[in-house]
Amino acid sequence: MSPVTEPSVLPAADFRVTRSQRNVAWTGAVALIVVIVLAMFPYIVYSGTTTILVQAFIVLTLASMWNLLAGYAGLVSVGQQAFVGLGAYFVLILAIHGSSPFLALPVAAIGCGLASLPLWWLVSRLRSGYFAIATWVLAATVMLIIEKFSSIGGGTGMPLPGLAGLTPALLTAYTYWAGLAVTVVALVAIYLVLRSRLGLVLTAIRDDEVAARSSGARVDLARLLVFVVAGAGCGAAGGLLAISQLQVQPSAVFSIQWTAEMAFATIIGGLGTIEGPIIGTAVYMVLQQTLASYNAWYLIILGLVAIIVALFARRGLWGLVDARLGVRLFPVGYWLRRNGDRSRGGLLGRLR
Amino acid sequence: MTAPANGEESAAGTPLVELRDLVVHHGQLQALDSISLRVMPGEVYAIIGANGAGKSTLLRTIAGLHRPTSGTIRFDGKDVTGLRPERRARQGIVMVPEGRRLFGSLSVMENLQVGATYSRPGPWTIDRVFELFSWMHDRRGQPTSQLSGGEQQTVALGRALVANPRVLLLDELSLGLAPVVVQRIYGMLPQIMASGLTVLLVEQDVSQALRVASHIHCLLEGRTTLEGRPAEVTAERVEAAYFGLAGAGVGGQPGEGSES
Amino acid sequence: MAWVNAIIQGILTGGLYALFACGLSLLFGVMKVVNLAHGDLAVVAGYVAIGIITVTHIPVLWSFVVVVPVMAVVGYVVQRTMIQGALDRSVLTTLMVTFGLSVVIENGLLQFFTANSRGLGTGLALVTDSFTIGSQIQIAYLLVVIFAVAVVVLLGLQYFLSASKYGRLIRAVADDKEAAQLSGADHRHVFGIAAAVAFGTVALGGIAYGMYSQLDPTTGTDTILLFAFAAVVIGGLGSLWGTLVGGIALGVAQQIGAQINISDEVLAGYLVFLVILVLRPQGLTARRAQS
Repeated sequence: MSPVTEPSVLPAADFRVTRSQRNVAWTGAVALIVVIVLAMFPYIVYSGTTTILVQAFIVLTLASMWNLLAGYAGLVSVGQQAFVGLGAYFVLILAIHGSSPFLALPVAAIGCGLASLPLWWLVSRLRSGYFAIATWVLAATVMLIIEKFSSIGGGTGMPLPGLAGLTPALLTAYTYWAGLAVTVVALVAIYLVLRSRLGLVLTAIRDDEVAARSSGARVDLARLLVFVVAGAGCGAAGGLLAISQLQVQPSAVFSIQWTAEMAFATIIGGLGTIEGPIIGTAVYMVLQQTLASYNAWYLIILGLVAIIVALFARRGLWGLVDARLGVRLFPVGYWLRRNGDRSRGGLLGRLR
Repeated sequence: MTAPANGEESAAGTPLVELRDLVVHHGQLQALDSISLRVMPGEVYAIIGANGAGKSTLLRTIAGLHRPTSGTIRFDGKDVTGLRPERRARQGIVMVPEGRRLFGSLSVMENLQVGATYSRPGPWTIDRVFELFSWMHDRRGQPTSQLSGGEQQTVALGRALVANPRVLLLDELSLGLAPVVVQRIYGMLPQIMASGLTVLLVEQDVSQALRVASHIHCLLEGRTTLEGRPAEVTAERVEAAYFGLAGAGVGGQPGEGSES
Repeated sequence: MAWVNAIIQGILTGGLYALFACGLSLLFGVMKVVNLAHGDLAVVAGYVAIGIITVTHIPVLWSFVVVVPVMAVVGYVVQRTMIQGALDRSVLTTLMVTFGLSVVIENGLLQFFTANSRGLGTGLALVTDSFTIGSQIQIAYLLVVIFAVAVVVLLGLQYFLSASKYGRLIRAVADDKEAAQLSGADHRHVFGIAAAVAFGTVALGGIAYGMYSQLDPTTGTDTILLFAFAAVVIGGLGSLWGTLVGGIALGVAQQIGAQINISDEVLAGYLVFLVILVLRPQGLTARRAQS
C-alpha cells in the first residue's frame, strides 16, 4: 500500500479571477442616484434636516477614515482629533487671510495630509498600545501648541470669518453641499485605495499582518498611505466642522470625543468593511438625535454597544448582514471562478 | 504482521492514552488525518516521522494546546478532548515542550517551583529532581539563560516531573543538543519511569527512538504509516514508512484486530 | 532656589506617578496590552472614595482601606469577563474595548457628577500643611507621605513578584503563557490576579491624587494614563523600580517646564514623553531583570 496519495490537482487554466459580482453596476447606479437626490435636499427639506445631515457627513467621513486605519492597516489611533483640529485651523487661518472658507477646504485636506508625514515619522515604529497612546499625546501636544497663538484665538478660540456675506439659507445650503462633497470624495478615495494593488496589501494586513510582511508586501508603504489619507480626510472633516460651527475653539475641535465617535460608529457598523461606517454613522445619528437632550448619555450607550459588538460581533452590524446575504455594496474583493461558471458563489467562494 | 501492537488484550486494562480518529487542522491546512493510537501504562511510546509529518502537532493536541477538528482523546478511559491544557496537566498529562520553553526570567529553582505549583500527589519533589540531576542543586539560583542546552533540557524535564505526571509527553528532546547529551538524558528514562510513569515521545532521531521505545508509531504527512514494537519491524520498513516509499507494507494498522 | 524647590517637588511627585505606573507596567508585562482605561479607574476610585466619605463621614484615610480592596476585586472581575474576552480576539480588540471603557467611564462620571473638579481631605492638616527646610524650600507633607507610600508599595510588589506563588506565576505567564499552561497554570486566573493588583494600586494613586490635586471626569486620560505610560516608557518596561525612576524624571521635567513658563508644565511632560518614544521606538524591549 502506498501511504502517499496524490491530491487531485485541477488545471489552472480552467479558472479565472474576476473583480466584481454582477451587482456592481447596480451599486454604482444606485450610489449615483442617492448622491443626486441628496444634492437636491437643500431645495426640498427644512434647514434643520440639512444641518443634521452635515453632522452625519462629518461623522461618516471620520468613521470611514478610522475604519481605514484600524480596520485595514491595523492602526488603532486615538489621536485623529489632531487632524480634525488642524483642518479646522487651516480653514480658519486661510479665512483670516481673506479666503472663502469653502475654498479653503481642499487646502485644509491637503495641508493635513502633509502634516501627517512628520507625525507618522514620530509614531510609525510603535506597536499597538504604544501607537495608540502616542497618537493621543500628539493630539494633546498639537492642541497645546496651537493654543499659544493668540492670533488665531489662543485658548478660547475665535469665530470663523469670511462667511458674513451669505444669507442663512445660502450658508446652510453651501455647508450642506460642501459636506456632501467631502463625504463623497472621501468614500470614493477610500474605495479606490482599497481596490488598488495597495488595497490588496491592506486587506492582507487586515487579515494577518505577519503573513503579509513575510510575503514581501509593501506593508510600510501601505500603512503610510493610509495614515496620510486618514489625516487628509479627518482634516477635511475638521474644516467642515469649522464651517458648520462658524467658530473654531481648540477644546471643541481637538476633543477626544471625535475619536470616540468615529471609533464607536465604525466598530458598531463593522470594522474592516467599507459599508460598516455608513451603518455605524446611521446608528450614531439615531442615538444622538433621540438622546440629544441628555448630554453624555448617547456616548455612554454608544460606547457600551461598541464594546459589546467588539466582543461578540467582530464584524459589526454589517458583518451580520454580510454573513447572511453575502452581499457587498462596494466590490473590492476578488472572486475565483471556474470558466463558464455564472453562479454567484464561485468555486471557492470569496477571497476577501 | 500478525499481532497488532496496540495492546488490545483486555487483561492489560484500559490504555492510559487513547486517540481515536483524530483529525487536526492548522487553519485550513490538515495536519493530522484520522490518527488512532493507544498507549498502555508503563510503555515508552515513540512517534517518529520527518519534518512536517505532524508529530509535534499530535503531541500538542494531546497536551491540549490544539483543538482537534474531530476525533477523541481519552485519558485513562475518560474523554479529555475538550479539556483546557492546564486541566490536563493537573490531571497528569504533562508535556516537556519542544525547545525547552523554560521561563527565561525565572531561576532554575523558580522554574521547578512553578512546575510544582499544581502538582499531583506523588513521589516526585524538587529535592528528588536535584538528586536525579546532581549539578542542579548548586546552580538552582541561576537564571536559566546561563545554562547549556542540555542543562536546560534537564530543567525542563525536572519542571515536568515535579508535577507528578502519569504520562510524560516529550517533544523533540534531542533538538539542538549534542548526541552525547541526548543519549545521557534518554539514558535516565528508566530511572525516571521507575516511579510508574508512562512516556509518549516525539523524536526526529529515529535510531534514538528505536533504542528507548517499547512502541513505534510513524507519521507521514499527517497519516500513520507504521506501527509496532521495535523488535517486530525491520530497518527497511521503518525507512520506507518514514519517507513514504512504496511497498512499505505497514503492519498493525490502528484499530485493526481490536474492538474500536 | 526656586529651582531646587521645583526639583524636589518633581522628585516627590514621581512617587505619585509611580503609583499610577506600576499597575500599568505589570499588566502590560503580563498581558502585553495597554489598558486605555487605566487612568479612568483611578478617577473612579477617587470619586467612590469621595462618595463614601460624603455619605458615611468616615475619616478620609479610611477610604483607602475600603476602596482599594474593592477596586482590586473589581479588577479581577473586569479582567476575567471583559478584557479576557477582548484578549481572546486580538490586541486590536483589546485596545478598542478598553478605549470604549474609558469613554464610557468618563462620560458616566460626567453625567452623574458634572464636569466640576473635586478633591479629598481638604480639611486635613496632612493635606494642607508643609514644612520648610532652610528659608526657601517648602515641601508639602502630603507629597512626602505619598512618596513614602509609593516606595512601600513598590517594595511590596517586588516581594510579591519574587517570593510568592502568584508572583512567580505572573512572571512565568509573562515569560511564556503556553509553557505556564503546560505546568498547570490557568493563565486567565493569573491575568485576573495581576489585574487585581493593577486596579488596586492605581486606585490608591487615584485617591492620593484626589488629595494632592483635584479630580474631574477627564483626569483619567488627560493626566493619569499619560503620566503612567510615560513613567513606564521612560523608566523601562519590565522594571518595577523603573516606574519610580520614570515618574521622577517626568515630575522633574514638568517642574522645570513650569519654572520656564507656568502654563508649560503639561506640555513639557508631553514633549519629554514624545522625545523618549522617538529615541526608544519600540517602546523598549522587555527587560528580564525584574518584573
